[in-house]
Formats: sequence, structure tokens, C-alpha cells
Amino acid sequence: MTPTHATNVRPEGMTGSQAGFGFRHCLTVVAVLLAWLAIVSPVQAEVTPQRAQALLQALDTDDFDAKAEAAQAIAASDAAQKTRWLEALLDGRLGRERRGERFYIITDDSGREWSIIDAITFEDAGTGSRRSVDAFRINNALRTQLQGLIASLSLDEGDEATRLEAAKRLIGEVDAQSVDAVAAKLDDEESPAVRAEIDTALALYRVEQGDASALATLRGNLDTRVRNSLSTIAASDAPIAAEAGETLAGIESKRAWYERGQTLFFGLSAGSVLVLAAIGLAITFGVMGVINMAHGELIMLGAYTTWMIQQLLPGQPGLALLLAIPGGFLVAAAFGILIERSVIRFLKGRPLETLLATFGISLILQQLVRTVFSPLNRRVNSPDWLQGAWQINEALSLTLNRLGVLLFCLVVFAALWALMRYTRLGLEVRAVTQNRAMARSMGVRAARVDMLTFGLGAGVAGLAGVALSQITNVGPNLGQSYIVDSFLVVVFGGVGNLWGTLVAGMSLGVINQVLQPWVGAVLAKVIVLVGVILFIQKRPQGLFAPKGRTS
Amino acid sequence: MNKITSTAALLLSMGIALPAAAQEDTIKVGILHSLSGTMAISESTLKDEMLMLIEEQNEKGGLLGKQLEPVVMDPASDWSLYAEQARDMLTGDDKVDVIFGNWTSASRKAVLPVVEEENGLLFYPVQYEGEESSENIFYTGAAPNQQAIPAVDYLMSQGVERWALLGTDYVYPRTTNKILEAYLKDHGVADDDIMVNYTPFGFSNWQSIVSEVKDFGSQGKKTAVVSTINGDANVPFYTELSNQGISASDIPVVAFSVGEQELSGIDTGPLVGHMAAWNYFMSVDSDANYDFIDNWVEYTGDDMAVTNDPMEAHYIGFNMWLEAVREAGTTDVDAVKDSIIGVTVPNLSGGSSAMMPNHHITKPVMIGEIQDDGQFSVVWETSGNVAGDAWSDYLPESQNLISDWRAPLRCGKLNVDTMTCEDGAGAE
Repeated sequence: MTPTHATNVRPEGMTGSQAGFGFRHCLTVVAVLLAWLAIVSPVQAEVTPQRAQALLQALDTDDFDAKAEAAQAIAASDAAQKTRWLEALLDGRLGRERRGERFYIITDDSGREWSIIDAITFEDAGTGSRRSVDAFRINNALRTQLQGLIASLSLDEGDEATRLEAAKRLIGEVDAQSVDAVAAKLDDEESPAVRAEIDTALALYRVEQGDASALATLRGNLDTRVRNSLSTIAASDAPIAAEAGETLAGIESKRAWYERGQTLFFGLSAGSVLVLAAIGLAITFGVMGVINMAHGELIMLGAYTTWMIQQLLPGQPGLALLLAIPGGFLVAAAFGILIERSVIRFLKGRPLETLLATFGISLILQQLVRTVFSPLNRRVNSPDWLQGAWQINEALSLTLNRLGVLLFCLVVFAALWALMRYTRLGLEVRAVTQNRAMARSMGVRAARVDMLTFGLGAGVAGLAGVALSQITNVGPNLGQSYIVDSFLVVVFGGVGNLWGTLVAGMSLGVINQVLQPWVGAVLAKVIVLVGVILFIQKRPQGLFAPKGRTS
Repeated sequence: MNKITSTAALLLSMGIALPAAAQEDTIKVGILHSLSGTMAISESTLKDEMLMLIEEQNEKGGLLGKQLEPVVMDPASDWSLYAEQARDMLTGDDKVDVIFGNWTSASRKAVLPVVEEENGLLFYPVQYEGEESSENIFYTGAAPNQQAIPAVDYLMSQGVERWALLGTDYVYPRTTNKILEAYLKDHGVADDDIMVNYTPFGFSNWQSIVSEVKDFGSQGKKTAVVSTINGDANVPFYTELSNQGISASDIPVVAFSVGEQELSGIDTGPLVGHMAAWNYFMSVDSDANYDFIDNWVEYTGDDMAVTNDPMEAHYIGFNMWLEAVREAGTTDVDAVKDSIIGVTVPNLSGGSSAMMPNHHITKPVMIGEIQDDGQFSVVWETSGNVAGDAWSDYLPESQNLISDWRAPLRCGKLNVDTMTCEDGAGAE
């Protein structure tokens, strides 16, 4: 027997404690519900310091089960400090002295020296560090329980949102003991939203008891707990199985519609990222015929600009993001014009050399960023209004950052389109695109148009970077992931055509998202690529070809 | 005598000694980590750590009375360049006595034939997929049984019944997930309750996959995600999780490639409670760890500098090599290879780690939950050390295989059924 075979050390130290997770979770929910139903108004009084010490002492254990009991005891006690204790415990800021008996709450844990206060008297206790204060640890099960306990302690001041939250928890948790109390609660409740949740909870209970008439209430309900209960009933041999099955089928078909809507949104939002990344390229590639391999790095510069502006305006991510829109545009445009003036204009009409030169520039920019900002990713914070999701119903929610990027993409597209359509620059750009020699002979300064066009394309890439900073990493490699996709979109859409880029980007996004659940992300990408290659074989000019003799 | 050496060492470290003499009298330590390209994000820190460890050792008087001299190369995240530069290190003018390096499995596989051919020593510090044992490589990161299997055991004890195995599409996640699938099925998990999904490197469109996971987890059974998603794809993945409102109490995610350094690029507020399995966390409560962090912060001059598991692996590997060289009295590769087996050195979590005959080490396994300050809080750990297993016991093709590099066996791939050696000196 060699030592290699002594490897299967099974995790010990996991006792039944963690296995009781599900049960304890239920208990917490029930505790919250009972508190909510009874509208507790705890009379709080000072407890003796000894008692407070004992309550906190009980938390000082490595067994999460015992910790859970200690937390429960604190919540049930008369200690005036209990809410603060539980909140500190939840945040990992309650701890004890390593070589002593005192308990502390850490008020500021940024940095390596923390400011701490005494947990019992709340008096200032100077500073501590990891070496001197041992903060109590919690795990997921305990965290859930603490959130429940804190919610139940603050229920008497519960507003509608809190009541709605509690009512939502009721679904699937109603039993013979609590059914009357819940029904009584329904009579007192004024908010229609809360009433609807309680109705659902009661109806689900009645259906589980075999009451077919309650099924009507559940019709079309999108809550997953309702669906799970109904599918269990429909699969059983209960007398109402057939009727439950019908209701379930209705729910499933409704869900399927919302899911299609959701997939469409995912596709459009993925597409909007592609469009944003590609649209700058559509301008430079289309007008000047420059294969700009450094396009991705211009995107990256836009993202880094966002990060820098956020560093300058700490605590105001929203304002910083708004300022980053012009900022990212200008920085990337400046770099773009620099690249055009210093390299690209000397390589006019030599696409292969342009490609290699710009590829070199892209590597230089990447390494420059690595040297200046370090190779580590930078954290760009999202403002509150771009976090979370817009929950339309149980089956359909639109994530706000993606929605923001989609809208931003449409705005940028509209602005660019208007610029091309209505301004003198746009007119000149279109003239140069269609026939360079003729435009020059008509007095258009093609070299100046080239420079401005490249700057514009680069600036739009910078805007893409600002948007991407909200959904992906800001790091030196940011641009690399988008360069191939950008070319794909431009070629598919038709070179030099803004509408083509929009339609191509959006449709590639949607196709990709529709394929993804079936074949996986890797194969979906392959299929899209093969599809585009075949399409280009059939129609080399892309979706929207420029009209006229040039094509 | 001692005093003379340390004076000499002092002079050397101050750069007063003649360069020619210095080259004769130093022990060269190769550092083969990418400082540019995609992997620079992870590997450049390890280079700095090695430089720090070497500097500390030189201050303590070096090794065998000689100073250590780092030889740093930059393979620029290019797998074939790793092999080329490893060959340079082992054969060139700057012939090194040992190499610390590599991160990805692809780069290790590229270097493996080179170190075997040139008879070098490579210390590899990253958790990997196993199914490999080389006479010239020492694996100080975790094998699957030191990370993936205990993590799944922990989740099972938490009542998890459905499993979404998400990974990046390359050798480490695929092999690890194959082992995990076999292991889960052994423990009675039905096919329907396992979802496997692979995404490309740097993937960022997580919406439909996350929504699929959400759906997978809403069928009434407790669900968890086991993530072998690597590198840059993690940030958009976690952002999407929090935006779609999936918290750790709904569907916990346990990751094998997300450490303190990766988290430093994310706002961890919404991720509190998601987990990672490692053999070391920066938050580990031990004096050795606090000293290491203090030194690291001082060395980097960055108050926010973080430490992570591969750094601990290099710390252990470096100390093991020092110890083995001292024991052998020489830096000769064959002598060190023999003397290092059984060497035990302190690790950073308060215990100690030993080098096993299969060139893997023993370490404790820990599960940490993400906190809102970007650190992990350890919620569970094995009661003792777990020895790394080169060949997984859960895959049919490798369950009969073991590796033992001690004389006279000297075999990296021994079939214990037929007692035939399929790879290594013992095969001849």
C-alpha cells in the first residue's frame, strides 16, 4: 500500500449539523412568518452585562449548528443590543478578543487596522487587526437564518415591500396550523399585491389538500413553487391530477412565451454589444479600407478612461459613467488620430502592411496598459441604476446593465446615422467612400476626411469601451475578445454600411442566443462562423451592399 | 566560518563582489512565468513572490553557503515559448538548478518533455486535473482529490441534489468534470440532475446560460453550481449571477479557479456566500500566514496586495527544494529528486506539508465563502492533510494506476493490477 492510496480522506467534522440545513431553513421561515402574523412588539430592556456576555459567548464556537442556536437565543432575548449584534454578525463584524474576554464590533474594516467598539457598551475600543480580533464566521445557512431573524425583529415597522416579501415566502409554506392565521391576515391586508400573494399561498394549500376549485386562482401563475407543486400533483394519482395537469399546461405555455421573449432580449443585448464594438470599424474599414487590428485596443482605452474617471470621482459611479461617455470618445479618438497620422497614412493602399502595422500597434497598446496600470483587471463600479434586473413577472426579467447597453447602442447608432446623413462631414465621408478620386476632384480634402473619419471610428470604439466596462472585465485583454467578432459583423453586414452593421450585429446576437441552449456556447459560435462564411460565398458584398458601379 | 560566509553573502547581496565571481558562486533559480499576454494577470504575481522568497533566503545566508540568483524569463502566454525558454534555462549559459513556473495545464504539457529530456526540476504551483506524474515535475498545487472531490462532498452534506458543472472549454475543466460526473453518479445522482456546460475562454455573454441554470435550479431540488470557469470569464459570470438575482442561498456556486486575486477585480457585495475550494486562503488564521502577508505587503509596497493559493504552493515548493538541497548537500538534480521525497515543511495554514513519492504534496482542503471585502471566510476544512492523488480513483481508465518515484520502483504510471509499469525509469 503506497501513500498515494491513502488519499481518500473523507471530510470529517461535517456532522449532521449541515444536513439539517433544509429543516432549519424552514424553521427560520416559519419563525419569520409567525412573527409577522402575530405582529410582535418586543419590549426591550437592558440585560445585565453578564447576561450579554453569556449570549455572545455562545457564538464563540466552530460548530455552525451551535452558532445558529446562539443567534436564535440572542433574537429571543431581551437584550437591547440584539439587532445590532445580529447585523454585525451578518456582516462578519462581530468578534472577540483573541487573548481576552471582550467582544467587539468592527465599525470600519477597510485596511489592515480596524476601528472597533465594545460590543456590549458600544464604547470606542480603539483599533484592532486580524491578529487581535477574531471575527465570528458564518456560512450560507446561518446567513439565511440571520436575515430572517433580523427581518422578523424589524417587522413591526414593516412597510408594504417588507410585507410583500414576507407574503411571497408564504407560498408553499402554509400548513394546517397556520392556514387560519394566514386567512385572517388576508382580511386585514389592504395592498392588492400582498393580497394576491396570500391568495396564491392559500390556493396552493387548498389544491394540495385536493380542492379542485382552488385551481382557478392558480391559473397562469408563474411562480416556480406553484409549478413544482402542480407538476408533483399532476404526476401523482390524486383525483385532481388531470385538472392540475391542465392548469400546469396553461402555466407552461405561458412561461414558454415569456421565455421566448427573454431569449429575444438576450439576443438583442448580445447583438448590441457586437454592434457597438463593430460600428466604429464599419466606419474606418468601410470608408478608408483600413483593416485596423488595433480597434479592440481602442475599445479597451475607452474602458480604462471610464475607470480613471471613476477613480477621480470616488463614490459617484453614475456621474463618472456619464462623464466617461464624452471622455472615452475623446481619448480613443485622440489615439485614433495619432495612429492615423503617424502610421496608417503612410501605408495607404497597402492593406497587408496596414494589417501587420496595426496588429503591432495593438500589441504595443496592450503592453503599454500592462506596464502603466498593471496586468490585473480594474474594477469599474456600476451605478445603482444599472444593477439588478427589471422584474416584469416571475418568468421574465431584464437585467438593467444589458438593457442600458442596448439603449446606449441604439442612441449611438442613431447619432452616427444622423451625422452621416445630415452633416457636411457625413456628406464628404460618403463621397469619399463612393468614389475617392471623383470626390477629390470635386474639392473634398480626402486626407482630412480620412483623419476625421478614423478619429470618429476610434471615438465610437471608445464609446463601446465605456459600455463594455459595465458588463465585462476592464483589463489589457479586453479588446482582443471583440476584434474578430467585430470584423465578422462588418463583413456580414456589408462593408461601409451602418444599417448593415446594425442588422448583422443584432441577427448574429439573436442566432447565437437561440442556438446556445441547444448546442452550447462553443458550438454555437462555430455554427455562426460557418454560416457567415457560407453566406459570404453566396453574397460576397454582405447583407447590405453599397449600390452603384463600385459593387 | 559562518561569519565569513554571511559577510560574503552580505557583500554579494550589496553587489560589491565581482560579477564574474558571483556567477561562479551562485545557485540559479529559474522563474518561468508569463509577464505579458493573457496569463500575465495571474502569473506576474508569482514571479514577484519568487523574487521575494529568494531575497529573503539570501538575507538568511543563501543555500549551501552560496547566494541564490533568480533567472527570470517571460514566455508571454505562448505555450510553445514556455518549452523553448525552459530548454534555454536548462542548457544555456545561465544553466539553472531548478525551475519554478507555469500556470495553465497547456503550458505544463509543453514543458514536460523538455524537463524530462534535459533532466531538470520543475515546481508547478497551480491546481490541475491530475492524470499525470512526471519524474521531473513536482506538483505543489492541488490534484482533483485535494480540491474538487472534497468540495462536492461538502455540498452534498449541505443537501445539494442537483449539479450544474460549468467550465471553460479546455483540458482542466473537462477532466475535472469527467471525474466529478463519475463521482456524483457513484453517489446515486441521476443523469437528469447533472448539467454540464462549456464556454470558450474570455466568454462574456452569460445571460442565457445563467438563466438556464436558474431554470435548472428551480425544479424544487437544492441546486449548486460547480465552476471550473477560468480567468477573465469569471467577472461577467458573477455579474450576471447577481444581476439575475441569484444569491448564494438560492444556488451557491463553488469555484476552483477563483481566488483573492480574481476577486480584486469584482464588487463582491452581491457574491457574499458563494464559495471557493482551495488549500489556502489569505484569511487563514495562523502566525505563519500573517508573517507571510506582512512580508508580501512590504515587498510589493501595496497595502491592498493580496495573497492566494498558488502563492502558498510556491512558498511550500521553494522551502521543500531548499530542504532537499540541504539534505542532499548538492543541487544535483538526481540527488535532489531522491532527497525531496518525504521532506516536510510548514505551510501557511499552520500545519505542514510533505512531498509524497508520487511528486504531489499533502495539504488541508478548505471551503471558503466570499465576503464583501473580497476575502474568503473558511466555513469548512478537512480534519487533516489530504495527499494528492496523481491518478484519479474515479475514472475507470486510471483507477488501477499509481505513481511512485522512489528507488527501486521509479515508476510514474504503475498498473497495480498487472504490476506493469507504463511510464518511467522502472519501465525499462
